[in-house]
Amino acid sequence: MTAATAAAQAVANAAAAPADLVQTVDWTAVAPPVIAAAVALLVLVADLFVPPERRRLLGWAAIAGLAAAMLALLPLRAGDRSTFCLTTDPATCSYTADHFTLAVQFLVLGGALLTALLSLTETAPGRRGESGLPAGEYWFLLLSSTAGTALLPASRDLATLVVALEVASLPAFALVGLRRGDRLSGEAALKFFLSSVTATAVTLLGASFVYAVTGTLHLTGIAEALPDAPDQLATLATAGVALTLVGFAFKTAAVPFHFWVPDTYAGAPLPVAAYLSVVGKAVGFTGLVLVAVVAFPAYADVWGPALAVLAALTMTAGNLAALRQSATRALSAVRLLAWSSVGQAGYLLVPVAAAAYTGAAAIGSTIAYALMYAVVNLGAFTVVALVARTRPAKRIADFRGLYAARPGTALAMAFFLLCLAGLPPGIIGLFAKVTVFSAAVDAGLGWLAAIMAVNVVLGLYYYLRWTAVLFRAPAPAASPEPVLATPAGPGNGASATAAAPGNGALATAGNGTLATAPAPASTPPKDSAAPVPLPLAAALVLTTVAAVALSGYPQLILTFAARSLF
Amino acid sequence: MIDISPSVMQFLLAFVVVGPLLGAAAALLPAPPGLKGKSPDQAVRRHAVTVTGAVLAAAVVLALGFDHHQPSRMQATTDIPWIPALDVRIHLGIDGISLPLVVLTALLTFLCALHSYFSPPPGPSPKAFTALLLVLEAGTLASFAVLDLLLFFLAFEMVLIPMYFLIARWGGAGRRAAAWRFILYTLLGSVVMLLGLLLIGLRAGTFDMVALATDNGRSLTVSVQVIAVLAIGIGLAVKTPMWPLHSWLPDAHTAAPTVGSVLLAGVLLKMGTYGFVRIVLPIAPDGMRVFAPYLAALAVIGIVYGSLACLSLARTGAGGDLKRLIAYSSVGHMGFVLLGIATMTPTGVNGALFANIAHGLITGLLFFLVGAVKERYGSADLDTLAGAAGAALYGRAPRLGGLFAFAAVASLGLPGLAGFWGEMLALFGAFQPAEGLSRPAFLTFTAVGAFGTLLTAAYLLVVVRRLCMGGEPAALAQETYRETAGGPAPASDAAAGRDPAPRRAPVFAPLADIRPYEAAAWAPLAALTVLAGLWPAVLLGLTDPAVQQLLAGGNQ
Repeated sequence: MTAATAAAQAVANAAAAPADLVQTVDWTAVAPPVIAAAVALLVLVADLFVPPERRRLLGWAAIAGLAAAMLALLPLRAGDRSTFCLTTDPATCSYTADHFTLAVQFLVLGGALLTALLSLTETAPGRRGESGLPAGEYWFLLLSSTAGTALLPASRDLATLVVALEVASLPAFALVGLRRGDRLSGEAALKFFLSSVTATAVTLLGASFVYAVTGTLHLTGIAEALPDAPDQLATLATAGVALTLVGFAFKTAAVPFHFWVPDTYAGAPLPVAAYLSVVGKAVGFTGLVLVAVVAFPAYADVWGPALAVLAALTMTAGNLAALRQSATRALSAVRLLAWSSVGQAGYLLVPVAAAAYTGAAAIGSTIAYALMYAVVNLGAFTVVALVARTRPAKRIADFRGLYAARPGTALAMAFFLLCLAGLPPGIIGLFAKVTVFSAAVDAGLGWLAAIMAVNVVLGLYYYLRWTAVLFRAPAPAASPEPVLATPAGPGNGASATAAAPGNGALATAGNGTLATAPAPASTPPKDSAAPVPLPLAAALVLTTVAAVALSGYPQLILTFAARSLF
Repeated sequence: MIDISPSVMQFLLAFVVVGPLLGAAAALLPAPPGLKGKSPDQAVRRHAVTVTGAVLAAAVVLALGFDHHQPSRMQATTDIPWIPALDVRIHLGIDGISLPLVVLTALLTFLCALHSYFSPPPGPSPKAFTALLLVLEAGTLASFAVLDLLLFFLAFEMVLIPMYFLIARWGGAGRRAAAWRFILYTLLGSVVMLLGLLLIGLRAGTFDMVALATDNGRSLTVSVQVIAVLAIGIGLAVKTPMWPLHSWLPDAHTAAPTVGSVLLAGVLLKMGTYGFVRIVLPIAPDGMRVFAPYLAALAVIGIVYGSLACLSLARTGAGGDLKRLIAYSSVGHMGFVLLGIATMTPTGVNGALFANIAHGLITGLLFFLVGAVKERYGSADLDTLAGAAGAALYGRAPRLGGLFAFAAVASLGLPGLAGFWGEMLALFGAFQPAEGLSRPAFLTFTAVGAFGTLLTAAYLLVVVRRLCMGGEPAALAQETYRETAGGPAPASDAAAGRDPAPRRAPVFAPLADIRPYEAAAWAPLAALTVLAGLWPAVLLGLTDPAVQQLLAGGNQ
C-alpha cells in the first residue's frame, strides 16, 4: 500500500510538471515482457475455447510466445533504449533496456522456454491415468511469472521493481501448488507463499523508508539523494536499505532465508522446480543488484561486507546440506539439486559483494555465472525429468546404470554435473567460477575466495558422487533396494521434520504416479525401451549443445564479465 | 638436430596436446569398418596404442626438430586468443625445461597403453579405460606445454577426473576411498592455487607466463608475491607431494591399477614440481625467497620420512605392500626435487629437473615391475611374497628379478644410473644456496638429505634381498616364517632355511619370466635410465640454459 501511494505521488509529481502530459512509449524496448504477458492472457482465454484433446496446442503457443519474446531482444542489442522517462528529466527512466537488462531477460526467457519444453509432458493428459497439470492455468501462470521476471531487470524505480517482483512471485506460488490432491505440493506452496509474502512486506517497508528519506523512487535519484540525507533521517535510511535488501536476499534463497527451498522444490512439479531454481533465482539476484549497486552505492560499506558474509554462509550451508543427501531417499535427486542451488546462489552473490569494493563492473561475473548455471542446471533437471519417467521416485540411486541404458543422456548428465562442479571437461563451469574468484580477489575479499575454494571442493564431492553413479553397472533386478521412508531417516537440518510427512504422503498417495515409488527397483529397468518424448529430447539437446558450445568458446558468456553492463 | 619448419613444429606441438583428446572422443564411438579387430574390446585397446604411439612419434619429432643450440628460447609457439574476457590465450610452447617432460609423458603413456593392450586391467569396459587414459595424457601434456596461467590451471584440473575414475573403477582393494582422497586433496590444493594465480594475473595485468617470467616479479609487490607463492605453493605441494601434504599418495598408489600408478608417479607428480620451476621461481622470486628455507626444510623431512616409512614397511612381518612402499619412496625422491628447487640456484634447479625425469623413468619401471609381480603372485604384500626366506625372484624368474634389482639400485642413486645425478646436484645446490638464503640452514638440510640417501639405500637393499634372493620352496619358507615370525634377525632365517633343502628340481615353483610385451614396455625405461646416468649432458644441456634464463629474468 505504501508503495502504491508513493507511486501515485511520483506519478503526480511527474504529471504536475508543465510538460507534455502524454508520454510516448518505446514499444520495441518493452516488447519482451509485453509479449510474454500478452501470450499469457491469450492462452488463458484460449483455454476456454480449445477442446481438451487439443490443449497441447496451448503449450506450443506458449513456447512460440517465449521464442518471440526472445527474438524481440534482438533489435535492442545496442543496449541504449529506455522508456517511461520523467518528462522533467529525460535521463531518469523507469524502464531501461541496457546490457544488464538484456542479459537477464535473455536468461529468464531462455530459462522459461526450456521449462516450457519440460512442462509439455507434465501437462499432457492421460499419462498413467492421471489428469496431469491443468494446461490453461499452468501456461498462464508460467508466462505471467516470466513476464514479471523479465520486467524486473528493466525496472529502474522502486515501485516498478516491487510490482515486477510480485508479478513474478504470485504466479509462482500457484505453480508450486498446482498439482491437485497432492499434500506435498500444497504444503510446499504454502511454505513458499508465507515466507515469500513476509519478505515482500519487509521489502515494501524498506522501500517506503527509503522513499521517506529521499523523496524519490527512481533508483538513480535515490543514489544521488541518499548521501545528502539529513542527519536525523540517517537511522531511517539505514533501516530502509537493510529491509529492502532482506526482501531480495530471500528471493535469492540466501541464508538465513533459504529454508523454504528444498521442500518447495521437492513438492513442486519438476518443471516448476527447474523454473524456480533458475528463473526464480534470477529474480532475487537482479533485484539485489539493482537495489544494492544502482540505488544504494552510498551504503556500499554496509551492504558490501553484509553480502559477503551472506554469500559465505549461503554457499557453505547449501553445500553442507547437499553433501548429506542420502542417495536412496525418495526425491533425493531433486533435493540435492535444490540444496546445490542454494550453494550456487552463494557463488552468485560473491561478485555482488565485490561490487561494493570495485564498482558495478563486477556484476558481469554474476551474469556470466548465472547464464552458465541456467544452462547446466536446466540440463540436469531435464535429465532428472527423463529418468523420472521410468523411475518416478527421483532418487539418485535411480540413476545407477544410466550409462548402460542411455549412454548419450548419461554423458550429458555427467557433463552438466561436472560443469556445476566446475571441473574439466566442464570447462565453462570452471571458467565461470574463475570469473567469480577473480571478482573476489580483485575486490580484496581473499577470505571469501578461500571459503569459496573450500565450497568448490565440497560441491565436487556430491556432484562427482552422482556422476560416478551414472557409470556404475546397473543394479541387479533381484535385489530390490529399500526406500528409506522412515520418519527418522537421515534428515537434513531444517527439512528433516518436513520430510517425514512428505514421505508419508508418498507412500499413501492415491494418485498413480507416486504409488510406484516405494518399490521402484522391483520394476524391471526398461529405460532403453521407453521412447523419449520430443519436447524433453529437444530440451536435452538444446542444453547440451549450449553447454558444449560454451565450453569450447567461453567468451560467449564471459564477455559479460569483462565490461560494464549499466 | 634436424631442421623442421616452425609451422610444422607448431602443428606438432598442437597435435601432441589435442591429439589425445580427439582420440578419447573417438574411443567412445564405435570402431569404423576395417578397424574392428577381433572384438570391440581389442579394437579399442589397439586404438589406445595407435593414438599414444602417434603422440609419442610427434613428441620425438618435436624433440629432434627442437633447436638444441637455443634451449632457453620458447619454440614451436602458438599464441591465439581464446577468451578475451579473461585474457586467456591458447599459448603453447616448449623450451629445454618442458621438452624432456613432454617426451617422458608421451613415452610413459605409450608404454602404459602397450602394457594394457596385452594385459588389460580387470574392471569394466576398456572403452572408458582408453578414453580416460587419453584424457589423462592430454591434460598432462597440456600442463607442460601451455604458457598461460589459467590454461595451466585448466590442464592441471583436467587430469583429476580421469585419474579418479581410473583408480575408482579399475583399482584394487580400498580403491573408492583412495580415489576420493586423491581427488579431494588435489582439488583443494589446486583451487587454492587458482587464487594465487588470479592474484598474480590481476596484479600484474597479464596471465602470460612468458611475459610474467620476463618481468621476474618486478611488477608485483613483495607482499603480493608472498601470498601468491603461499597459495600456489600449497596447490603444487599437494600434487608433488610434499610432506606433510602427501597422505593421499600412498593410498592412491596402492589402490590404483598398474598403469594408473605408473602415470601417477611418472608424470602427474611432475606437474607439481614443474609448476614450481615454471611459475613460482621466475614469476615471484621475492615471495619464493621468503618460503625457500621452509620448503627446503619440509623437503628434507619428506626425504627422511619417506625413507623411514619405507624401512618400516620393508621389515619382516610389517605387512608392507610393495606399491605402498614405492609410493613412500616417491615422497622421498620428490623431496630431493623440492630441495633442489628451494636452493634457487641453477645447480639445484637443474638437479631438480634431472631428478624429476629420473624419478619418472625409474619409478615408472618399478611400478611396472611390482605390477608384474602382483599379477604373478596375486599379491604385492611383501610378507606374503617373501615369507621369511625371500621370494627368490633370481631363481624363479631371473630376468624379472634382475630387472627389479636394477631398478631398485637405480632408484637408490647408484652413480652411473639416472637416479644419481639429480640427487647429487640437488644436494650440491643446497650446499651453496642462492644469495639471500641462510647458508647454515641449507648446510643442515644438505647433511640431513645426504643421510636420507643412506636410508634410501638401506630400504631398497632390504627389499631387493627379500624379493629377489632366498632359496626355499614356498611351503618350507612359510613354515620357517611361522616359527620365527617377529624374530629380530631375518638374515638368520634365510640362512637357517637353506640347509634342509637339497638341490632338487624343481626347487622353485615355476613362475613366468618377463614376457615379450613386458620386455617391450620396460626396455625403453631401462635403456633411458642407463643413458641418462652415463650421459647426463643430454638432459642438462637442455635444461641448464633455460634454467639460467628463468632465474635471471625469464625466457624470450
